[in-house]
Amino acid sequence: MLEVSHLTVGYGSKPVLKDVSFRLADGEILAVIGPNGAGKSTLVRALSGILPPQCGSIRYNGRDLCSLSVQERARMIAVVPQARNLPAGFTAWQVVSLGRTPYLNWFGQLSPADEELVREAMRRTDTAHLAERLVGELSGGELQRLLLARALVQATPVMLLDEPTTHLDLQYQIGLLNRVVEVVRQPISGNGNGKPHSPAALVVLHDLNLVARYADRVLLMVDGCVRSCGTVSDVLRPAMLSEAFGVPLEVMRSPNGKYPLVVPLMA
Amino acid sequence: MKGRIVHPFWIALVALLAALLLSVLVGSVSLSLMDMARVVAARLSGTEIGGDLRVADTILFSLRLPRTALVALTGSALAVCGTSYQGLFRNPLADPYLIGVASGAGLGAVIALSLRWRYDALGLLAVPLASFSGAVLTVLMVVMLARVGRSLPVTNLLLAGVAVNSFTGAMTSFLLLRSTGELRRAIAWLMGGSAMGGWQPVLAVLPYWLIGLGILMTMGHALNVMQFGDEQAQQLGLPVEATRWVIIAVSSLATAAAVSFTGIIGFVGLIVPHLLRLLTGGDYRRLLPLSLLGGAAFLLVADVLARVVMTPQELPVGIITALAGAPFFIWILRRSRTLPYWS
Repeated sequence: MLEVSHLTVGYGSKPVLKDVSFRLADGEILAVIGPNGAGKSTLVRALSGILPPQCGSIRYNGRDLCSLSVQERARMIAVVPQARNLPAGFTAWQVVSLGRTPYLNWFGQLSPADEELVREAMRRTDTAHLAERLVGELSGGELQRLLLARALVQATPVMLLDEPTTHLDLQYQIGLLNRVVEVVRQPISGNGNGKPHSPAALVVLHDLNLVARYADRVLLMVDGCVRSCGTVSDVLRPAMLSEAFGVPLEVMRSPNGKYPLVVPLMA
Repeated sequence: MKGRIVHPFWIALVALLAALLLSVLVGSVSLSLMDMARVVAARLSGTEIGGDLRVADTILFSLRLPRTALVALTGSALAVCGTSYQGLFRNPLADPYLIGVASGAGLGAVIALSLRWRYDALGLLAVPLASFSGAVLTVLMVVMLARVGRSLPVTNLLLAGVAVNSFTGAMTSFLLLRSTGELRRAIAWLMGGSAMGGWQPVLAVLPYWLIGLGILMTMGHALNVMQFGDEQAQQLGLPVEATRWVIIAVSSLATAAAVSFTGIIGFVGLIVPHLLRLLTGGDYRRLLPLSLLGGAAFLLVADVLARVVMTPQELPVGIITALAGAPFFIWILRRSRTLPYWS
């Protein structure tokens, strides 16, 4: 269980996140939504230790993450960033294997167990056939799956995904999120020092219909504050969304009746 | 990259051995392999070296070997530091001089020369000492200017480097214009052409070289991780700030030490890493040791050319590296335009 309580974070003296609190259970997918500038990416940067909190705490099972070293923290939280500006001369295998960094010595030598873990992560993300290819030759969808594989071999209890579907075609968006659900429900075999267990996943998403389809719970942020946090049907309500995003929105049911469908209303 | 028949490491090693041999044998007086073998055999067996061999012995042990050693140390330091800086700043144009080593060293040397030291041992050593202090002080100044709290943003560092570089460069030009006597020597030094003779400079550079390159050789994995940018590197568990400080400190020291005895030699720290990247890809665990071998080989060959193209006059080796290096570099870049090799 990841517990964020009263987290306040800012650049300089101006706070960007104000008194943010929420909980994220193991094996759960929490979607973070909100208009641009609401602090979604800042939340990812704060949780992963790039920005130190001014107030509040970030704990996993009671353990204070902010007191950990950079290396220890990378064993607790992995980040899947957007696939941009990746080193073009690296092979796909190198990219994924660097996810083992928090467990390796200064020289970065992989053990056979590490290599097996990298292979498994690449199988799980459908990137095994790309192992010898150079990053510069791969498509956006393939790169995003590689970054997911890299986060998987970090074998952390918490995984943060920062707009992983932006810049992807619809088929790759769905493909990627399906794999995220898979790895959260059926975790990777562990890192040799612990039994397999389901990571908690926090995903920043823009597409509210993907949120409705994939998230277990939703965190709506506005202006650096938590506006609402709860199940999909709790948060995806027309009045709340319309106010948060500043456009009139309607929530309907999908034709098969399973998922809410968010539709902007034209004036 | 696929189907590689010979490991690049062996190519670099053979190239270095060939360059070492060439540098020992070729010069205004050329030695044959036979002469060298006889001198070495005589030295090893401790027998008296007589007659015609005495000249060969002097050339070999008092001139060629120390010079070869100094050039090899300088070339490898420049190339390894170039590779490290390019990786650290994720910038293909970074080289060891970027944050003020060269301009600071130049200013130090020109100040020392304009003080009119006498031509004795102390006077000769004063120039490298002054250029070394100049380089270290300038780098310190750049780092202090770029620092924000305890962190060292790359953009600040590059901008501070540009500003301080042009300031110290202007000071150097000003001093050169005002000075009268030693102008020629100072200019030769600035062009990378004042390799001092004897073993003294080699011994003076060696500790910095050993510490600097010894530490940099271990940075391959860290530099690989840093290719994803500071933020991702930290999220992957690398203490980015500390690593950056260490790399800047040790490579500045190694470069400053090398430069202070050989003058300012451009292009080695730029060309060699790029050439090796084409040969072997973007893995810094390979690039660093290969740069050590390749940089030494490259500068040795350039130094041999500097000795022979206008015999008996010697050219500053910096002129050779720039004259041969710049067109070669452009040719490589044009050829590799389609390859996604930069990382």
